[in-house]
Amino acid sequence: MSEAKKAILEKIRNALGEVPRQERPEDITVPRHYRQQGNRAAGEVVALFAGRVGEYKATVQRVNANALAGVIAESCRREGVEKLVVPDGFPGEWLPGDEDDNVRLLHDKPGEPLSHRALDDSDGVITTCALGVAQTGTIILDAGAGQGRRVLTLLPDYHLCIVKEEQIVELVSEGFTHFEQAVREEGPPITFISGPSATSDIELSRVEGVHGPRRLEVLIVQE
Amino acid sequence: MQTPTFEESAKAYLSDTQLRRNIGHATHTIRDKRQTVVDEMPDWEVLREAGSSLKNRIMRHLDEYLLQLEESVRQAGGQVHWARDAGEANRIIVDLVKEQQVEEVVKVKSITTDEIKLNRALAEEGVRALETDLAELIVQLAGDEPSHILVPAIHKNRAEIRELFRKKLNQGELSDRPEDLAEAARLYLRKKFLSAKVGISGANFAVADTGTVAVVESEGNGRMCTTLPETLITVMGIEKLIPTWRDFEVFMQLLPRSSTAERMNPYNSFWTGVTEGDGPQEFHLVLLDNGRTNVLADEVGRQTLNCIRCSACLNVCPVYERTGGHAYHSVYPGPIGAILTPQLRGLEDEGAASLPYASTLCGACYEVCPVKINIPDVLVHLRGKIVDRKKRAGGLNAKSDPEYIGMRLMARAFKSRSRYERAQKMARVGQKFFVKDGTISKLPGELSGWTAMRDLKPIPNQTFREWWGDRDE
Repeated sequence: MSEAKKAILEKIRNALGEVPRQERPEDITVPRHYRQQGNRAAGEVVALFAGRVGEYKATVQRVNANALAGVIAESCRREGVEKLVVPDGFPGEWLPGDEDDNVRLLHDKPGEPLSHRALDDSDGVITTCALGVAQTGTIILDAGAGQGRRVLTLLPDYHLCIVKEEQIVELVSEGFTHFEQAVREEGPPITFISGPSATSDIELSRVEGVHGPRRLEVLIVQE
Repeated sequence: MQTPTFEESAKAYLSDTQLRRNIGHATHTIRDKRQTVVDEMPDWEVLREAGSSLKNRIMRHLDEYLLQLEESVRQAGGQVHWARDAGEANRIIVDLVKEQQVEEVVKVKSITTDEIKLNRALAEEGVRALETDLAELIVQLAGDEPSHILVPAIHKNRAEIRELFRKKLNQGELSDRPEDLAEAARLYLRKKFLSAKVGISGANFAVADTGTVAVVESEGNGRMCTTLPETLITVMGIEKLIPTWRDFEVFMQLLPRSSTAERMNPYNSFWTGVTEGDGPQEFHLVLLDNGRTNVLADEVGRQTLNCIRCSACLNVCPVYERTGGHAYHSVYPGPIGAILTPQLRGLEDEGAASLPYASTLCGACYEVCPVKINIPDVLVHLRGKIVDRKKRAGGLNAKSDPEYIGMRLMARAFKSRSRYERAQKMARVGQKFFVKDGTISKLPGELSGWTAMRDLKPIPNQTFREWWGDRDE
C-alpha cells in the first residue's frame, strides 16, 4: 500500500471517530419514493420525447418504418452530406444507395477503424441508439451495434440518430435502470446526448454547436 | 499562505460597475430559468433528500467506499493513484504526462485541477495545458482567474471576449456575436483535439460499485478530451463518490436543473476503466485529499463535502451578485466557497477566515442546494470557531477587545430577567441623545460601525410586558 493511501485512509478513519463501528452504509436510509416508473401511455411518451428533443433545437421527425430509407436519403441531401460515417452493425437496408444519391459511405469496422482525420473530414454520421428518455429528450448510446465507437458521433458535424418508438422510456430513472446490469458486467462507455452541443459561456446566451456535432437530427421510427 | 480578506477585496470589486452589471445580468437570468425547470418536478424535494442521504452515507463510510472504487477501477483496466495534497497530485500527473513524451495536453474544465494549480505545475516541466471549455479558454487566454463555478468567465462580456480573441487567436475580423466567438474557439481547438495524446479531466461523480466515472458538460470538449487521446488522466476529490450506478438517477436529475437550468445538459460521458478499441487505452484516476479529510473531521462542516458543484447557491446569493467571484480569492467562490475554502485551507489563513462573514445569512443558498447543504448553519459554526480561535490566540488582549467586552455584557444582561429589564431602562434613557426623528442614524465610538451603513430603530418607550402589566390594572 502506498504511503499516501495509508495516510489518507488513516485520516478518514480518525475523522469518522463518532460513527459507530457496527454501522453499515445501508443503515443510512435513502428515500426512494421519487418517480421511478413513468405512468404515461406509450403514445404520450413518444410525443413527449419528440417535443423535448425538439426544444433543444434538434430536428425531429416521426417516420414510418417502410419510409425510413427515403427519409434518411432526403435528410442527407438537405444537410449536404456527401461523406456519411456508418458504424458497424448499422442496418444496410436503411442506407442511401450509391447510385441514386450522391452519398459516399464510410464504414467503420473493427480492425479497420476510420482515422480521426477521416472522421473530421466527413460530413455526418448515422447511428441507431440504445434508449431514448422522454422526460429530458435524451438519446443514450452504449457503443452497441449500429452506434459504434464514441468518436464516431463526436467529430462529424451532423448526427442523424434513429430511435425506435419502443426504445423510448418516460423517466430518467428508467434510463439508468436499463443499463445497470450492462455496466456491472461489461462496462461499455455510455453517452447521454440531449440536443446538439451547446455553450452558454458568453453572457449566458445559449449557442448551439461548439465542439460536438452542431446539428442533431432524430428520426423516431414507428414499426 | 495568507490571502487578502473578503472585506478588503470586495470594496474594489463593488466599485466596478461593468462587473456588477455583467454578474447581475447573468445570475438573474439563470436564477429564473432554474426555478422554471425545478418547478416542473413534483418529486424535487424527495430527490434532494435522497441526494443528501446518499452523500451522507458515502461520507460516513468513505474509507470503505474508496477502497471499493479503487478495486473496481482496477478490475476495469484503470490505474488508481492517491495524493495527500496538491504537490503530490501534481507530481503524479506530471510524471504520467512526461512518460508519454508530450509537450501539450488538452484539459476538460475541472475546478479540482484549478485548486491544485496543475497548469502551473505542468508549465514548470515544459508542458502546456490547454483549457478546452470555452469559458476556461477565455480565462486562460486573458491570464485571468475563474469567477464562477459553472461559468468561469461570467465577469466578461461579449465585447471584452471579442477583443481577447482578436489579440490571442489572431482573429482580425470577428464580430461580438456569441455564435461567432464560439466558432472561433471551435476552429482553434479542433486541431488541438485531433493531435492530443494526453487528456486531463476532473470527475463529476465516480461509482464505487462499478468504477464508472462521469463527466457532465455542454460543449463536447469533455467528450473530446475523454475520447480522443490515448491516455486519460482524471483527478477527483475523494468526496466525489456515489455508491452505485443506480444512484445516478438521483444526481443526474438534481445536477443539470440546478446547474445550467436544463432538464438535461447536452452531453454526459460515463466510462468504466478502458474499453478495447474505443477511447483511451490507458486510464489513470488520481484521488485527491488536499484538506478534505479535515472537513470530514468536523461533524457540522462535513456536509460541505456533499457539494456536487452545481453553482445554484452562487446565482441566488445577494453577496456574490454584487462582488463577483474574484473577491473570494479561491477557486470556490460564493456561499459554498465561503464554507469550503476556510475548511480546506484552515482558519490560520486570514483571507479564508474572513469568508464566513461574506454572508447575510439569508438562507437562499440552502433553499436551492440540490443536496441540502445547510450553508447558513455551517457559516455560523465556522464564525464560532473563528471567534474561539481569536480568543485563544489573543489572551489578555482579547479581554480588552471592545467587541468581546460588549458581548460579555450582553450575555450577562440576557442571563437574568431583572438585569435585562434594568439594561432596557438604561438604554432607553441613554439613547435619548442619539434619536432623531424616530431613528438612530449615528452612534459614537466603537458602535459607529453599525450605523455607518444602516439606521437603527430606537428601543420603544414601553415593552410588551410593561404594556401588559398596565393593561391588567
